[in-house]
Amino acid sequence: MLQIKCPCCGPRDHDEFLYAGDASVSRPAHNDADFERWYRYVFVRENPAGAHREYWQHVMGCRQWLIVERNTVNHTILSVNFSREALA
Amino acid sequence: MKRLNKLGRIDRSQPVAFTFDGKAMTGFRGDSLASAMLANGVKIAGRSFKYHRPRGIYSAGPEEPNALVTLGTGGRREPNLPATTVELADGLVAESQNRWPSLKFDLQSINSWFSPFLAAGFYYKTFMGPTRRSWMFYEHFIRKAAGLGRAGEQPDPDRYEVRHLFADVAVVGAGPAGLAAALAAAEAGANVVLVEQDFMAGGYLLSETQDGEAGAWLAGMLVRLAGMANVSLMTRTSAFGTYDGNVLGLLERHGSRSADPKQGEARQTLGLLRAKSIVYCTGSIERPLTFANNDRPGVMLASAARIYLNRYGVLVGKRVLVAADNDSAYSAAFDLAAAGAQVTIADSRTQPAPQLLEQARRAGVAVRTKSTIAKAIGGQSVRAVLLVEPSGRVTLESDLVAVSGGWSPTVHLTSHLGSKPVYRQDIRAFVPGKVGAGQFVAGAVTGSFILGTVIDEGHRAGNEAFMFCDATRSSRARVQRDPPKTDAGPGVVGDENPGLREESPLSPPPEDARLSMQVSDGVGGKMTLAKGKAFVDLQMDVTVSDIALAHQEGYRSVEHLKRYTTLGMGTDQGKTSNFYALSAMAGLRGMAIPDVGTTTFRPPFTPVAVGALAGLSHGQHYKPFRRTPIHDWHVSNDAEMLETGLWMRPWFYHASGHDVNEAYVAEMRNAREAAGLMDISTLGKIAVQGPDAAEFLDRVYVNGFAKLPVGRARYGVMLRDDGIVFDDGTTTRVGDQHFFMTTSTARAADVMSRLEFLLDTAWPDLRVSVSSVSDEWAAMSVAGPKSRDILAAAFPDLDVSNDALPHMGLLEGRYRDKPLRIIRLSFSGERAYEIYTGASVGKEAWCRLMEAGTPFGLKPYGLEALGALRVEKGHVAGPEIDGRTTLDDLGLRRMAGKRSGFVGEVLGRREAFSDPERPRLVGLRCVEDGKRLRGGAILFRPSEPVQGHGLGRITSTTYSPTLDAWVGLGLLASSAAQEGAELIAHYPLKGEAVRARVVSPTFLDPKGEWFHG
Repeated sequence: MLQIKCPCCGPRDHDEFLYAGDASVSRPAHNDADFERWYRYVFVRENPAGAHREYWQHVMGCRQWLIVERNTVNHTILSVNFSREALA
Repeated sequence: MKRLNKLGRIDRSQPVAFTFDGKAMTGFRGDSLASAMLANGVKIAGRSFKYHRPRGIYSAGPEEPNALVTLGTGGRREPNLPATTVELADGLVAESQNRWPSLKFDLQSINSWFSPFLAAGFYYKTFMGPTRRSWMFYEHFIRKAAGLGRAGEQPDPDRYEVRHLFADVAVVGAGPAGLAAALAAAEAGANVVLVEQDFMAGGYLLSETQDGEAGAWLAGMLVRLAGMANVSLMTRTSAFGTYDGNVLGLLERHGSRSADPKQGEARQTLGLLRAKSIVYCTGSIERPLTFANNDRPGVMLASAARIYLNRYGVLVGKRVLVAADNDSAYSAAFDLAAAGAQVTIADSRTQPAPQLLEQARRAGVAVRTKSTIAKAIGGQSVRAVLLVEPSGRVTLESDLVAVSGGWSPTVHLTSHLGSKPVYRQDIRAFVPGKVGAGQFVAGAVTGSFILGTVIDEGHRAGNEAFMFCDATRSSRARVQRDPPKTDAGPGVVGDENPGLREESPLSPPPEDARLSMQVSDGVGGKMTLAKGKAFVDLQMDVTVSDIALAHQEGYRSVEHLKRYTTLGMGTDQGKTSNFYALSAMAGLRGMAIPDVGTTTFRPPFTPVAVGALAGLSHGQHYKPFRRTPIHDWHVSNDAEMLETGLWMRPWFYHASGHDVNEAYVAEMRNAREAAGLMDISTLGKIAVQGPDAAEFLDRVYVNGFAKLPVGRARYGVMLRDDGIVFDDGTTTRVGDQHFFMTTSTARAADVMSRLEFLLDTAWPDLRVSVSSVSDEWAAMSVAGPKSRDILAAAFPDLDVSNDALPHMGLLEGRYRDKPLRIIRLSFSGERAYEIYTGASVGKEAWCRLMEAGTPFGLKPYGLEALGALRVEKGHVAGPEIDGRTTLDDLGLRRMAGKRSGFVGEVLGRREAFSDPERPRLVGLRCVEDGKRLRGGAILFRPSEPVQGHGLGRITSTTYSPTLDAWVGLGLLASSAAQEGAELIAHYPLKGEAVRARVVSPTFLDPKGEWFHG
């Protein structure tokens, strides 16, 4: 059972959260017409053994989208930030 | 076997009546089922899995491979429980397993005679042909013959719960190390939970006599811990798994097994214990020896024989042979001798320690060195043993063979998170590897077997655990070890205890002993000293020769060995067998044991009933049960309710017809001819507000919303990033910066989350807020030619004329002091209005519409009619928007027009999406009288064979009363989709083939004249 320290709600069990994948890929601008960039954003993923930035949403809590840095080898959570702040 | 008048932690003043295989027996309070069975002279406790050989009680703990019983009757029937872990209770009903007709005489024990053919992989090799499907036929019979207990078939009437626990320090195992760790951490100030699977705390100490020093120390520790408010000792609780974040899975067993739990009292509770720190004091499990007929009733682990004597007061044999390759079995021998048994030790080592031999001489125990047990003699139970010694073979009469092949630390829990156990050559065993942060190990699990050391380690680990979880308080809280000698402190016990010498009792045996263990069954082509099966895994009936066979056939990795022979795959998970298997395979491969490695330890450590995992989450509590504000009206008006996702919705109303088929057609017809009322409160509703709200919607929908005037609604479609259609719905502009979006019922949560994602991560610069308002509004739709008249009658203050409220128009007002929104939208193809009002007055509004509408013929309609109306109109819904279809597939490309910059635009233009063979939306009409279309049918050209995936499929169907025909929507390869073409719709589940014609998906009113005007 992972525990995620939500910056809004404090430490909560992971089953309150929605996992939404890789946060290390950057989304092209909404009007970017480049096929390759969209293709890479949607389909191409690294599969690191180690630190991984990923999106989680606290759906059963504050509903904030978070960027969680998690070690994929031992599931240690290294950092949790609001994605609005982390991406700013 | 007999119960002694002394010894044991049983209460002889409290007899407990139980039955085993229907026979009434009596034990005492404090007995386990196994000890009570032994005291009642039960020798055969079960029949083995494959060969149906008679088996006795082999151990005294959760490692028990043989004595599996079924408890209870009816819905409470629970199979495969080790009798050794069951606490005896009044009225307990136990049955043996895998025997027919009886334990003593089992017909299938004939399997033993055929056993040369039943080696590992036998079934797979033999029952292969003649076709690939043959195995499925044979398997049925094979499964019947092999096996364990039978589960109950009735619903379990008992209550199971799940609870959440928190602790600073969790200590697993209340043996000497665990008790010491708990005390140390608690005295330092930590909140401690001490978990013990047994119904009595003490662990190894329960093997010692109660009135000895070990017993006194245990009693003292329990008194001290009981006096501390920050310690919770949980007995009857198995820690079955370690999970991320130092979470332990616990299974608590409550009360007696036999009596009906009182109303509301849980039978078992699943606990999730979140600890800052965990101390594993899980102890160790004694290993058996392999020799011919080592499974005969009367063969037992030496430690178990000692536990039955000292804890339960049962002397399990009178003429005892103790076969061992280490010191620890000597303590069992001495205690058995002291209780009156005639004991001989066959020690395979050349030179046991002189002080041991001296102790044996004083205890009257004969010691035979360099003596290896080769065979147990006897049919239903042991009569004698055959020993192999340098001077030749010796046969000794004996009714109990107590074996000890060393000890395996119980590393399971320490390994669940992926830490690999490491091998220690000095004790020939695997010990925990590097455990995770905040985890500590102490006691026998680390390979320490001397009591004083074990207690020291426990103290240290308890302190370390405390310091880990609360570094700030660690400096002032230093726990002193109990001063020795004063109150039977921990140091005393180890020094005086005959079983726990200063030197490791598990000193490795000389090489010749190891060799002879294998020789006795002829592994690797060595000489066979004694005929008969030598079992490694007693529960799965895996023998030494099966391991050799697996090796010979190339299944050499331990993971392959396990799966090929089924070794370690029983309910005991090979607790007594895994180590021997590893060492045998290492021997056969000429490798060192650590190079062979172990199989992976996974939770659960001991079996967990599915009922406990489910807890209260079954029946109506399995998932949330959502009711609309109008729910009660549907129920009291005889609606047949249907579960759709989390919602309960009216499927059809019984007043409309005898069954669903009759009812939905009547409801449709009424909506087309007069008017129908539908509860649509389940739609997702999202308020999109802010200066950039229009820009935001322009990006999330394929069609534009920026130019939508205030007071107007628009149908919109959203794509996923990959260009597949995500959801559809209507959005109404209720103010310049305020939109009211609806989503499909099924996708409501996903759409909300997605919009929040885009605003939080992709476009944080947009000044928009989205809020779910689904639960704030009740919603209903009135549809049909009379809908406007009904609306006018229900809300006489509002102007609902075509000019005031045209198609796609919005009218706002108040109803019962709550907001009211009437949006003129049509899903059914009729003139229709969606009426939104405050959830608290939803039922009232519905009733008002029903009352005003009855003179116009208004009737409610359910989901089935709703679905049918939209199929007739050719609107796509869930069956078509199935996560695989694109705008082009659904004929919706025109909505996007030449727009760009919306989600999914770029990847939605992928080349493969414009493949002419890609299935596109079509209408289908059944052209055979008396036949019908079915959703899921596969479409073929009449000239083509009916096989494979066909050209497409039917997604939705309905009978159309307007057309008096079966019609449907489908997805069909464009090349076959010319209007008028005839296809075969094949429905393999019913073996139906029906002719259908391709038509326009809009079956009715193609110009939309019905809902305009």
